[in-house]
Amino acid sequence: MLTESEPHYRQPLRKTPFHERARALSQLDSFIPWSGYTTVDVFTSVEQEYFAIRNAASLYDLTPMVKYRVAGPDALRFLNRLMTRDMRKLTPGKVAYTVWCNDEGHLIDDGTVFCLAPHEYRVCTAEWQLDWFRASAIGFDVELREITEEVAALAVQGPTSCRLLRLAGVAGIERLKPFEHGGFELAADPAAARAAVPIMVSRTGFTGDLGYELWMQPQDAEAVWDALMEVGRTRAVRPIGSRALNIARIEAGFILPKADFVSAEHTLYLGTERSPLELGLAWLVDFHKGHFTGRRALLEEQRRGPRRLLVGLDVEGTKPAHNALLYTERSGRREAGSVTSATWSPTCKRNLALALVDASCSATGSEVWADIYLNRELVWERRMVRARVVERPFFAPTRRRATPPADY
Amino acid sequence: MSPARGSTYDCIVVGGGHNGLVCATYLARGGRSVLLLEAAEQLGGAAVTREFAPGFSVSACAHLLHLMPAALRRELDLARHGLTLAGDDVPSTALDTDGRHLTFGPRDPGGLRARAQADADSYAAWQAQLQRLAGALHPVLSTTPPRLGNASWRDRATLLGLGLGVRRLGRRDMRELLRIGAMCVHDLLEEHFDLPLLKGALALDAVLGSNLGPRSPGTVMSLLYRAAATRGAEVLQQPRGGLGALSAALAGAARAAGVEIRTGAAVARISVREDRAAGVVLATGEEIAAGTVVSNADPKTTFLKLLGSEHLDAGFVRRVAQLRARGVAAKVHLALERLPEFPGLGAAALRGRLLVAPSSDYIERAYNHSKYGEFSTAPMLEVTVPSMADAGLAPPGAHVMSVIVQYAPHTITGGWDAQRERFTAAVIDTLAAYAPGLRASIRASELLTPADIEQQFRISGGHWHHAELALDQFFMVRPVAGAAQYHAPVRGVFLCGAGCHPGGGVMGLAGRNAARQVLREAA
Repeated sequence: MLTESEPHYRQPLRKTPFHERARALSQLDSFIPWSGYTTVDVFTSVEQEYFAIRNAASLYDLTPMVKYRVAGPDALRFLNRLMTRDMRKLTPGKVAYTVWCNDEGHLIDDGTVFCLAPHEYRVCTAEWQLDWFRASAIGFDVELREITEEVAALAVQGPTSCRLLRLAGVAGIERLKPFEHGGFELAADPAAARAAVPIMVSRTGFTGDLGYELWMQPQDAEAVWDALMEVGRTRAVRPIGSRALNIARIEAGFILPKADFVSAEHTLYLGTERSPLELGLAWLVDFHKGHFTGRRALLEEQRRGPRRLLVGLDVEGTKPAHNALLYTERSGRREAGSVTSATWSPTCKRNLALALVDASCSATGSEVWADIYLNRELVWERRMVRARVVERPFFAPTRRRATPPADY
Repeated sequence: MSPARGSTYDCIVVGGGHNGLVCATYLARGGRSVLLLEAAEQLGGAAVTREFAPGFSVSACAHLLHLMPAALRRELDLARHGLTLAGDDVPSTALDTDGRHLTFGPRDPGGLRARAQADADSYAAWQAQLQRLAGALHPVLSTTPPRLGNASWRDRATLLGLGLGVRRLGRRDMRELLRIGAMCVHDLLEEHFDLPLLKGALALDAVLGSNLGPRSPGTVMSLLYRAAATRGAEVLQQPRGGLGALSAALAGAARAAGVEIRTGAAVARISVREDRAAGVVLATGEEIAAGTVVSNADPKTTFLKLLGSEHLDAGFVRRVAQLRARGVAAKVHLALERLPEFPGLGAAALRGRLLVAPSSDYIERAYNHSKYGEFSTAPMLEVTVPSMADAGLAPPGAHVMSVIVQYAPHTITGGWDAQRERFTAAVIDTLAAYAPGLRASIRASELLTPADIEQQFRISGGHWHHAELALDQFFMVRPVAGAAQYHAPVRGVFLCGAGCHPGGGVMGLAGRNAARQVLREAA
């Protein structure tokens, strides 16, 4: 929280409740700012951290995720008018991934909504939203409060994540289904002089794998971290930074603000806003649930057909197509769009990218050419590489949905 | 009326103010079946004549008619529906504490020549220019504002037409219009005149009914705008029976056109089905179906209360919530036992309006207080004695005085209940400086603060124009972007009140423009 005494540019980045633990394990001391907090970019090596996500279990500090408490008699009506999905279907114990738009139907942000009780919700967002939420609350009896600092959050993701939590004494976690949340307890550990710790766990994540997100009081954060690291000592558990997570989320086909789209609240140039229809999120837009902000504009866009679409690309070769411009032909005469995120996928063994392309090139199987710039020992080279539009997600293991999860 | 009745209407007009009545009439003449619903028992909205003390009646808000175009009155045949004038082309008198009052009219410098020869010469040139500029702006008022970035031929033709109208002014006037358009009226008057009394009187017309002082930017625009309604040939008129008689004539025209009118029928909300208007629900729970609902209520009431945020986008709702609509004009009505004597003023002048605005600075000082939730003990006043020309408004020998007072903040420090007596006393004290015997002749008084106007006439903020008439809430962005073409974002819902282009002031054009838009869109 900013204090009155210091101007904002002299305020240090805040430390999450996991910071001391993370700093102790950080070999590279590579921290980056995230929503006013300092968080780890890489602990040791991106590759090792990535493989912890896919082959074992990983811990990722997502405390800086902006969180809001939404409560009051009109909380549901408020959310239903704000979000593109039908929030009436969200019952206590459930979580929904959704997006919200401005009047023009342009995306402001995406996030998750937790229904805690009939008139009480938690909304987790990538960027601060209070201004927009307050505007959206005009005419509704609803209380909005940012609670980012009051809740510490830790993602536990990977095929062995359920097993890990059970070993740490989180009884009954194996019954939690995808997009459900519930109150659990990290069992007391007399050896570590630890009393039982209440935690909220949701089966959600940003990796497209089996995984959970743990929500707790900040003062319990270190105890939870220590317990998981302790039981994970022999199970290849690793804390991970944002770089490793980014590879996993591209494999899972998830979009990231500031990478795949810029919030319509932040764009400066006309035409750089994106609609959920363009971003391939039409499945999140429910035109039949009643009015929501942006509905009329989106209906019109749907009628017209979006001009461009975010698609998955399978790029030839092994060099990630970072920031590549795309062309309809190898000659590079007519532009077809550009790459927004790219990575070599160690699990799929494919060169993947998310790209925004003209609607005419967006059908699965369409071919485009990526103009890739390579730096080979300080010598820049340019390669025009064939890329094919493929279905997303690129990686979707059945284990992510299995309940109970496999007991590794 | 039985709630079980099965009849439905093409259009429902919510609110029977002057614009609602005008709109309903044009809709009915356009072949629509129209039901007009008014919450009050009396039609006319704020344009009503009310008895405020036994035997004493007065126009509740505006007390003179000067903006309603002659063409509109002819089209509505108001004379046939009973509108007669008690006073026509009445003069204005700027009151001077030393008794050297200045009586003048738009086409007549009156006593100005004797006071300041140079100002009298400037006055003629001033009026001529005002008339030319007003002539060019006049068509704007009857036009549905075009949308920007829109390819429709109508919008393009409108923009082109407005541009041509201004172009026809010629280089000198066009340059002058561009120069003064966003200026404050104080600076412009400084350029033309010397006599503080004259500058005060002219500045009064630029700020009357607005939450603006003479030094507020854009006050030249409000002056031009007022002039535009009558092409710069403003004539002040007093309807016989007060402004309520105008509303009665408008209601007569509406009924003659086939409009069904129900009073005492408060609309609780506009019902929406599948993102379009389905009708209205009354406060009693009665539902009335109609595919088109036209709201004469102010924009905040229409969107935030009658429609509700739920049916609107959040950005739009924020714009509506931020709409500046805080009235600063209060009304004081005095029941007088006898005609007040203003030393230095003849009886003829008392048939016109008396202005207490001895200088532009005087007005600005009065305005200063209102910015901070206070009122000035030296307020700006526009005074009429309507019983002079219309004896029926008061018992024999007695008179009514109708005073528009600025500036009365909508929200006053300490609350209006605690300030009412002091406020009325300040107005009477101010008047007594010009009419020493006034206080002794007062039998009763009534004060309508902006808060009272809000409550009694259901106008959010108690602003005469429903929304401040200023450059940022003007024409294509009036009341807000997204509703400037009279239709709401919800299909079949329209606005027709003063909050729309071209504003209030008992002009009636918003109602006519809205009706034309409804008929055009359905066509």
